[in-house]
Amino acid sequence: MHDLTLAEMCHGLARREFSSSELTRHLLARCAATNPVYNAFITLDDAGALTQAAAADARLAAGDAPLLCGVPIAHKDIFCTRGLRTSCGSRMLDNFVAPYDATVVERLAAAGVVSLGKTNMDEFAMGSSNETSYYGPVKNPWALDCVPGGSSGGSAAAVAARLVPGATATDTGGSIRQPAALCGVTGLKPTYGRVSRWGMIAFASSLDQAGPMARSAEDVALLLQAMAGFDERDSTCLDRPVPDYRAALDQPLDGLRIGVPAEYFGAGLNPGTEQAVREALSELERQGARLVDIRLPHSDLAVPAYYVIAPAEASANLSRFDGVRYGHRCDNPKDLRDLFMRSRAEGFGAEVQRRILIGTYCLSAGYYDAYYNKAQQVRALIRQDFLDAFAQVDLILGPTCPNPAFAFGAKGGDPVAMYLEDIYTIAANLAGLPALSMPCGLVDGKPVGVQIIGNYFDEARMLNAAHRFQQATDWHRRAPPEVAA
Amino acid sequence: MAIQRADIEKLSFLARIDITEDTLAATADGINRVLGLIDQLRAADTAGIAPLAHPLDATQRLREDAVSETVDREALQAIAPAVEAGLYLVPKVIE
Repeated sequence: MHDLTLAEMCHGLARREFSSSELTRHLLARCAATNPVYNAFITLDDAGALTQAAAADARLAAGDAPLLCGVPIAHKDIFCTRGLRTSCGSRMLDNFVAPYDATVVERLAAAGVVSLGKTNMDEFAMGSSNETSYYGPVKNPWALDCVPGGSSGGSAAAVAARLVPGATATDTGGSIRQPAALCGVTGLKPTYGRVSRWGMIAFASSLDQAGPMARSAEDVALLLQAMAGFDERDSTCLDRPVPDYRAALDQPLDGLRIGVPAEYFGAGLNPGTEQAVREALSELERQGARLVDIRLPHSDLAVPAYYVIAPAEASANLSRFDGVRYGHRCDNPKDLRDLFMRSRAEGFGAEVQRRILIGTYCLSAGYYDAYYNKAQQVRALIRQDFLDAFAQVDLILGPTCPNPAFAFGAKGGDPVAMYLEDIYTIAANLAGLPALSMPCGLVDGKPVGVQIIGNYFDEARMLNAAHRFQQATDWHRRAPPEVAA
Repeated sequence: MAIQRADIEKLSFLARIDITEDTLAATADGINRVLGLIDQLRAADTAGIAPLAHPLDATQRLREDAVSETVDREALQAIAPAVEAGLYLVPKVIE
């Protein structure tokens, strides 16, 4: 049953081939059995899940079931869930139980999903390997000595290991696409403003965006349909109609213009990854797409600009964690300053502290123009590169990451080495563009992903290309050897 | 320009994060590596380029100045480390 896709589960539930309670119990048992190995979940909510499943079964029996009624999923532990701990992978929020649900959680619940629990992640979504989680790293189901990517590593691993057919995730600089690539699943970061950020713990507010992960583009389309749309509680959410993502999936690709940026195939790209991505391009060409060589000349400035903007915004967002209203408080503070300084030193891990300090530095008196303002100008140049490219092409394709999953500790000594793993994903966040990753091959037995970057609000066309690719190939159906066995 | 001990001490206070003596050197080293990365921005020609604040140039929406929801103070304070009589407790500020 766990090997079914999300769409197949919907179908089976609607036809009463199995109940949501049966499905939920089966997946909860798999989660419990494998969590000591993968560590994909921070919190499993058996009781809550079974209650939701029973309610879903009643609706299915009554015949008034919404689209995703009874399908089990998991939420990244960055989305607030009423009554169930939301830790954000941090000691700071180890005891935090939100008094409300995030909009994403609320909308998926309204669409009928059953939430099995909260998935592991890099602390405050700051990381590309899941090694910064207070709850220990997630293991990559394809190779247990390797990272699952980050920050949404728990969601990616849970989908790859067939613990859930889909999961929510967030992406500030690649945190949906990079773990999706490294775990061999499909993940989509929507256009900035497409999905509400309300109730999603903020990291860098001008970059953060929520999106779905699943095994196929079709499943991603189903989840995005439920998640997307205007929310007046998020001031940057955009009021635009949500198209029917599934309706466009099967369109032929004849005449589709796909841009291939030279900058994404340069030095540093693993030859095996490059070969897999080029084969994906050839498959799309066989289906009628036309490949166009393009340039994105400011690509090499994306990572440096990001490491000003994201830490600067993080330093402001994370100032709310003060040990007064919620979250960790140090023992026996001798005065208010001691309370702030020790609560934050104890509550935040090393990477989060580093980013807050860098952001504080970049925003401090005398440095604002040299750093933050300069980075925002570079961001405008990067956006212009994409606008120029989209005048010639419909989609842009390239690798999601330069390499397949790396071993734990491999990037330990140097933060910059870790940051450069996001070299192809960060630009889409800076420009606010939608981007997805889907599996397109195996290198040394580990999955690699192809990234599709679309124009603003063009998620339907991206999912269409991904779906057509997946109809002709089976990379997205491959399971990690241990899971398949 | 590399970050020095005095800079870290100042940042530690501005960010309200206590940095102990034994982690100070490692903290400075990590920050300096990242600042080395960031310094690549200096080479970019950005003369006359307007900084980008929102990728779609959206502006803040306005709404009626009316109560839209009420806050359940008890529920919010139930997750606080220390409260009394509806107030958050912190160490004494004025001697």
